[in-house]
Amino acid sequence: MRFVRLWPGLGREWDTSSGECQNHAPTLSLFLPLRYKGLVSVTPVSVHGMTCARTLRTVACFAAIGMALTVSSRRLFSSPAEEKHISVYSLVADYSLPVVERDGQDYIGLLEVLEPLGNVSATTEGSHWRLHYNNQQVNFTAGSNRADVRRSNFDLGGDFRLENGRGLVPLSTLGPLLERILGGPVTFHEASRRVFIGSEAVHFTAQINPGIAHSLVMNFTSPVNPRIATEPGKLQMLFSREPVVAPGSMSLTFDDKVIPSASYAEENGTAEITISGNVPLFATFSNGNRTITISPAPLAVGQAPAPGGPPAAAAAAPSRVPPPVVVAPTAPPSPVQFFAVVDASHGGAERGEALTDQLAEKDVTLTLARALRQELEARGINTLMLRDGDVTQGLDQRASLTNLAHPAIYICLHASSQGHGVRIYTALLPTGGSDVGPFLSWDTAQSPFLSLSQAVASSLALELETKQVPVRILLAPQRPLNNITAAAVAVEVAPPGTGIADLSSPAYEHLVAGSVAAGVLSVRGKLEAGR
Amino acid sequence: MTSRSLLIGVVILLSVALGAGVYVWNMRRPALSEAAAIYAHPVAPPVSGPTERVILVVAYDDAGVLLPESANIPLPEDRQRRAEELLRALLNRYLEKSSSHPLPAGSEVRNVYLVDPGLAVIDLSAALADGHRSGMLVEELTVASLVDTLSVNLPGITRVKFLVDGKPRDTLAGHADLSDFYDVSNVGRMVHALQASQ
Repeated sequence: MRFVRLWPGLGREWDTSSGECQNHAPTLSLFLPLRYKGLVSVTPVSVHGMTCARTLRTVACFAAIGMALTVSSRRLFSSPAEEKHISVYSLVADYSLPVVERDGQDYIGLLEVLEPLGNVSATTEGSHWRLHYNNQQVNFTAGSNRADVRRSNFDLGGDFRLENGRGLVPLSTLGPLLERILGGPVTFHEASRRVFIGSEAVHFTAQINPGIAHSLVMNFTSPVNPRIATEPGKLQMLFSREPVVAPGSMSLTFDDKVIPSASYAEENGTAEITISGNVPLFATFSNGNRTITISPAPLAVGQAPAPGGPPAAAAAAPSRVPPPVVVAPTAPPSPVQFFAVVDASHGGAERGEALTDQLAEKDVTLTLARALRQELEARGINTLMLRDGDVTQGLDQRASLTNLAHPAIYICLHASSQGHGVRIYTALLPTGGSDVGPFLSWDTAQSPFLSLSQAVASSLALELETKQVPVRILLAPQRPLNNITAAAVAVEVAPPGTGIADLSSPAYEHLVAGSVAAGVLSVRGKLEAGR
Repeated sequence: MTSRSLLIGVVILLSVALGAGVYVWNMRRPALSEAAAIYAHPVAPPVSGPTERVILVVAYDDAGVLLPESANIPLPEDRQRRAEELLRALLNRYLEKSSSHPLPAGSEVRNVYLVDPGLAVIDLSAALADGHRSGMLVEELTVASLVDTLSVNLPGITRVKFLVDGKPRDTLAGHADLSDFYDVSNVGRMVHALQASQ
C-alpha cells in the first residue's frame, strides 16, 4: 500500500484498508463527511428541567448561555470543514497534512512534511531550530524570515515560527524550500496546496469510446482510486491520494449527447474531475484501476422495466433520486469488431524530429495518420486515431487507450529525415518481464502478439515493395510497442529519396498510406484469427 | 603646501585608486569565466601504456547499418575502466569531423558500472542525449552501437541499462527507449535485422 501513516500526534492518519483520511476525535470524524457533502446538520440544544415560570433574568441568562453555546458550537463544528490541507506526492509516500494560519498567513510544520520522505530530526536551542534531514542541516530562527539551507541564505517569505518545539514555515515558499532541502525538483501548486516531489504525476486522457455508445473512457498513467459522488447531471471523482494533474485543457468537450463535457479542478489538496451527463452516470474500473469508464446507469440506458416490474409509464418517468454509486471492478466491454488504432506519434509539446526549420515530425505524422485512416476506412476497416490534433500524450496513455479499445491492429506512425523509403518496426522486448497468471507484464505485454506483428510487418513491406517504395523491416527498442496487447507495428516514413520536401507531399503520403492500408487488408484474416 | 594643493592631491590619489579598482575588477571577470569554461568541460586523463586491439561496432547513418571495425587503443587492467575506455574510443570516432554517425559536441560516457551478474550500466552525458538527433533509426544505431561494442569486447555482459547524467531517462531523443534493460542477445538480433534488411 502506497499510503503511509501520517505524522503521529496530530490526530489524523490514513486508513490503509479503506484509504480514508480519518480523525481520531469522534466528534470531528462525525461531522467531516456531513459537511463535506454540504449537508450541515444543526444539533438541537435542549435543557431539561426548565419551567415557564422562571424569571426574566434567568431567561436572559440562559439566552446568553444559548448564544454562547451556539457561537462556540458553530466554531467547533465549522473548523474541521474549513481546515486547510496540503497534499504531498512523492515516490516513497503520498500524504496529506493540515495547514495552520498565523497572522493571516498559511504555515506548515516542516518536520511533518519531511518525516515520510527520509531521516529527519530537529533540535531546539532557545529561539534557534536546527533541522537534520539525510545529513543536511537547516537552521531557522524564530521571528526571522531567513534560513540557512545548505550553507546559503534562503528567504522564507515570512517569519519562521517556533511553537512548542514545532517549526512552522510559510506555505508560500514551501516549494523552493523543499527543492533546496531535498536537492531535487519540486512542483508546488500553491493555490490548491498540492506538492509534487520529483516527477510524480498521474496524467489522464478522456475520450468517447467509438465502439460503445455513450461511453467515456478515462485512462490514467497509474492506478487510481478516487472517491466518487453522483448528483443529478454530474458525476464527481475526487483524487486526494493520487497526484492526478490537469490535462491540456481544464474543460473537455465530447461529441456525445449523453456525456457532453468534463472539467478538471484542484482545491484544498484534492484534484476533482467532474463529468456532466444528461442521464444518471456510473463508473466502472478496469485495467488495474488505470481505466475508468463512465457510462449511463443501467436504468438510464434502456429505461425499460424489468419483467414484473412497475408499469411502463412509471418506469419511463425520470427519477428524481440520484442513483446509488456503482463502482465495480468489472472487465471492460469488448466490442467484437475489426478495427485499427492509428497513432500519430509525438504531438503537443513533444515535437519529435525537427525535419526542417518549419516542419516538425508531429505535424507530418498527424497528416499521415489522417491519410491512413481515410485509406483504411475506404477498405472497410474502422479506425480509431489516438490523437487528431496537436495534443501531448504520454506513451503509457497511448498504450492504455489502445489496449482498452481492443483493436485488431495498432499502427504507430513516425517520420524521419534520415535515409529514404519506409522502415517498419516490430517490438524489441526488454528483459525482465514476468507475467503473473492472466496478467501480462506491462513492459513485455506485446510478447504473445509478436509473431502476429511480424506477419503484419511482412504484409506491409510486400505492399510497399509492390509500389516501388524502398522498405526495411527492423526491430525497435521503442515504447509503446512493447505495451500493446494486439498486433503492433511502427511505420517510420523517410523521404522517397529526392529530398525532404517530398516527405510531406500529398502524392507520397497517399502512396504510403494506401500501401499500408492494403497491407493490413491482406493480413486481415490472420489478424481476426489471432484475436 | 596650501590646502588647495592638498585637496587636488587627494582627488588625484582617489581617482587613481578608483581606476585601479575598476581595472582589477575587469581583469578578474574574464579569468573567472575562463575558469568556469574549463570546469564545464572536464577531460578524462589519457590512459597510457600498451595498446590493445578491440572491435568497435560503428554506426553508418547513410546505409543505416552497424559495421565492426578494429582499433588499437590503450586499455587499463581494471574491467570497469576498460569498459569506459572502449566506449570513449567509440564516441571519439563519432566526434570526428567526417563521422559516419555524428554525435553532438560534448558527448561523453561519464561512467560504466559493471554489476554482477552480467549487468552493465552506461552513464551518458546530458550533452549526448540532449543534443542527439531525433529519429527511430538514428537513435537505435547509437544504442545498438554502444551495447554491441561493450558486449563484443567484454564477454559476460548480458544486460545493459542506460542513465543520462546519473539519472534514468525515458528515451534517448524521443524514440529509443532508455527506461528498460537491454538484453544483449536481443540487441544482437536488432543489429542482425539492420544488416539483413540492407
